[in-house]
Amino acid sequence: MISKEEIKKLADLARIEIPDEEVESLRGEIDAILDYVGQVSAVAEGAGIPSPEQGEGQGGIFNIMREDANPTESQTYSKDLIAEFPQKENNYLKVKKIL
Amino acid sequence: MMIKEARQLLDNKKISAKELAESCLKNIESKNKELNVFLEVYDDVLEQAKEAQKIIDKGETKELTGIPLAIKDNILIKGKRASAASRILENYTATYTATAAQKLAEQGAIFLGRTNMDEFAMGGSTENSAFGVTKNPHDISRVAGGSSGGSAAAVATDMALGALGSDTGGSVREPASFCGVVGLKPTYGSVSRYGLMAMGSSLDVIGPIAKTVGDAEIIFNAIKGKDRMDSTSIDLTPSPSPCQGEGNEERTKIGVPYHILEQDGISEEVRKNLIESVEKLKKLGFEIKDIKLPNIDKSLAVYYIVMPAEVSSNMARYDGIKYGLSAEGENLLDVYKKTRGQGFGREVRRRIILGTYVLSAGYYDAYYGKAMAARKIIKEEFNGAFKEIDAILTPTAPFPAWEIGEKKSPLENYMADIFTVTANIVGCPAISIPSGFSKIDGKDLPLSIQLMAPHMREDVLFEIGKRFLIENCKLKI
Repeated sequence: MISKEEIKKLADLARIEIPDEEVESLRGEIDAILDYVGQVSAVAEGAGIPSPEQGEGQGGIFNIMREDANPTESQTYSKDLIAEFPQKENNYLKVKKIL
Repeated sequence: MMIKEARQLLDNKKISAKELAESCLKNIESKNKELNVFLEVYDDVLEQAKEAQKIIDKGETKELTGIPLAIKDNILIKGKRASAASRILENYTATYTATAAQKLAEQGAIFLGRTNMDEFAMGGSTENSAFGVTKNPHDISRVAGGSSGGSAAAVATDMALGALGSDTGGSVREPASFCGVVGLKPTYGSVSRYGLMAMGSSLDVIGPIAKTVGDAEIIFNAIKGKDRMDSTSIDLTPSPSPCQGEGNEERTKIGVPYHILEQDGISEEVRKNLIESVEKLKKLGFEIKDIKLPNIDKSLAVYYIVMPAEVSSNMARYDGIKYGLSAEGENLLDVYKKTRGQGFGREVRRRIILGTYVLSAGYYDAYYGKAMAARKIIKEEFNGAFKEIDAILTPTAPFPAWEIGEKKSPLENYMADIFTVTANIVGCPAISIPSGFSKIDGKDLPLSIQLMAPHMREDVLFEIGKRFLIENCKLKI
């Protein structure tokens, strides 16, 4: 059983403010979902976490590299991106003090 | 109207691109208020039609030139708003165009507007949209399905000739099923994800919704292909279809895992419709084989671990700093928490927290690790089955469209995905095809079958699907 404290901790970790009255309902819902998804352990009993299949092909995991070449011209996207900043000063993104 | 028909009319100058676009706008005008399909209709539709007409007049027509399409609100078009039906991106304007949309634009297709969806594609009914539910055109007291509910309803009501949706666990197929249209979830990687807002990155794929299998194929062919902006994208390697050519149908084997119908929560109509559909396929000359996929019923459990895990990391980018909603806060942490608390709806918050849990130290092995191991086992079962058969048949959804507000708990909602998530877990292509109706409260609610094929074998799905729908037409006449 997941506790209310655990829900609050998870919300903190996920950087989400959750109203107190929602913590209890979330606890119940997440408990029910965890109970349901727990059946995966029966499928994969004894199986370890699969290591990624190497090499190309179906489901294979491999690195895709490209030459670090032909960068876009400086300023190509700046105007559009800056237009989306919630807070800005001149052409700089403005954020709260960090330290 | 179908895309194929419209193409002929446009090419023979029987109608102009402007007239075609106007007929869609007229349908939107008369039905959108009631159904809540489009979140925004673009103000440059007729302008786009004019450009498309120029291409047609020059005789440089491509398959989708001048065809009006609807685009799901999580696919970016530069300069247009894209909100993923979320408050956190309510006023966000896309700064680049998704590859799939770009490919459509290059053919001269017309973008009518952006369609409603469950917030960030999380849901199966559009009830999780921050901007209201999309109503089912067949019964407005019911949901249109989701998450691509707006796209499916747009096609069903002739507001658009075709649409793009995205499918992470059934989000193209289930609304297509509920609205009585065709929906394709392509092979993972066959359509670039560049410019699609990420939900579950190992599961997400953009797919077409259309009136017919042939139309879905046209859109799919337009958007597929390897893209340098998405390292997981692939080129489909064409191989001869087992069921191409007359007289070869008997060699196409369709496997039916009948045992999945024994699960709880599947409506009697859906069971009956599947059996009837099997009979229809037999009459068409397909060989039907009873197959066993011992762990297919665990796919949903695997999905609801893997997906929230990926959601929790993908959603981290929405923090109120660089774009989107930014709430006032005392310090940086406070800005994050308030922005995400206010900007995300309940289902999104729930999945982020669930994902955070299954990935956290101490629980990782028990949930995410086990899910990955089970995912591998299910993939192997599918690969094994496809050695004996060409396609797998199941219903698309365990029940027809439900009443708005009927499903109370998250888990009840998740059960709608029971047949669709497997294709995302495995990465194989799957198509939803209308297969009849279920009469409920005096209304005919659409039902559909789902066909799955081996990776990169969309051609098998198109071939079986086309034959199946022609049979339907014959029966109607």
